[in-house]
Amino acid sequence: MDLQNLLVISLGVIFINNFVFARFLGICPYIGVSKQLDSAIGMGAAVTFVLTLASTVTWLIYTYLLSPSPANLFFKLFGGSAPPDLTFLKTIAFILVIAALVQFVEMVIQKTSPALYKSLGIYLPLITTNCAILGAALLNIDQGYTFIESVVHGISAGIGFALALLLMAGIREKLEMAEVPKAMKGIPIAFIMAGLMAIAFLGFSGLKLGN
Amino acid sequence: MSVTSEFTKGLYKQNPVFKQALGLCPTLAVSNSVESALGMGVAVTFVLLCSNSIISLIRKIVPAKIRIPIYIVVIATFVTIVDLSMAGFLPALHKTLGIFVPLIVVNCIILGRAEAYAGKNNIGLSIIDGLGMGIGFTMALLLLGTIREFMGNGSFMGIPVMGPAFEPVLIMILPPGAFLTIGFVLGFFNWLENKRAK
Repeated sequence: MDLQNLLVISLGVIFINNFVFARFLGICPYIGVSKQLDSAIGMGAAVTFVLTLASTVTWLIYTYLLSPSPANLFFKLFGGSAPPDLTFLKTIAFILVIAALVQFVEMVIQKTSPALYKSLGIYLPLITTNCAILGAALLNIDQGYTFIESVVHGISAGIGFALALLLMAGIREKLEMAEVPKAMKGIPIAFIMAGLMAIAFLGFSGLKLGN
Repeated sequence: MSVTSEFTKGLYKQNPVFKQALGLCPTLAVSNSVESALGMGVAVTFVLLCSNSIISLIRKIVPAKIRIPIYIVVIATFVTIVDLSMAGFLPALHKTLGIFVPLIVVNCIILGRAEAYAGKNNIGLSIIDGLGMGIGFTMALLLLGTIREFMGNGSFMGIPVMGPAFEPVLIMILPPGAFLTIGFVLGFFNWLENKRAK
């Protein structure tokens, strides 16, 4: 297996192309849920979980139902002269799959682990409109990742998001004590902090991964 | 509740970006130049107008329990229309905006207006509301885009305005510049509001 390639994708999306700092995906929950460390951990875990699942499922749907490849299931079942090209349905199909997936995950967790549901539950409905999820699904397709690559990309994107969220929550808990000018309190200073952290993460772009 | 106030509330008093902190991802991502900011603003305004009118029209036949998935399908349909038309007629802009064109689906402004306004009001008011919010969003993007392009590239819409001696602040068109700019702009609006309250 091409382990090195997977490692490159994984480290790349955690540090160099971090979803929050370099791609601007998932900013709303990033600013909204980073006030306390506890909720940041819950949100980070929930996003990583759903991102992994969504990357897996959307890749399968795109490859076997939408893309005009010989593997297209409609083509296999119904035949015809050429595989149908349904890629224009990508956006609609993905967002519906993600919405259904989030609902499903919520129900499963609620039934199987009430404790986990208590800590993650309130974040799950928010995740449907988190652009990191749809963004990762679309990026997988744009970059032409294989199945394994997509799954690794999804997990790593979630880890990168959780990392950014945790770092931010740690700083914001301390920031509560700091003397910030009145006008900059709350969201504005959080953005300035995010900007400084993004500058730090920009340093990772000097990393050369792979050949 | 006059028609004018329904329109103008989106421009400043309830500006989606500065006052409600909605739709931040595309705001930050595409505001590195005036041109892409304008393209994104127009695309979002179009989707907002169309989705607001359709949702307002179907608001009485949509069962309350499954309204969100239905709204999302309506929005996704118009986003697909924008995506495909932009790819066909403005391929360069489509490439610059990248995945943020399909990501208009999850722009919280659109679903937010559908849920908070279009699902409760008639089509005329909903169109005005959508237009106001869309223009408010576009203005916010243009403000950030102008600041960032001017400082980071010394130009406006790609036309150099600063002369050859100007040393561009490169960080402003890189991702950190987006965070810093919106932080200071939000702070400025808060300061303005505090001053007015006194």
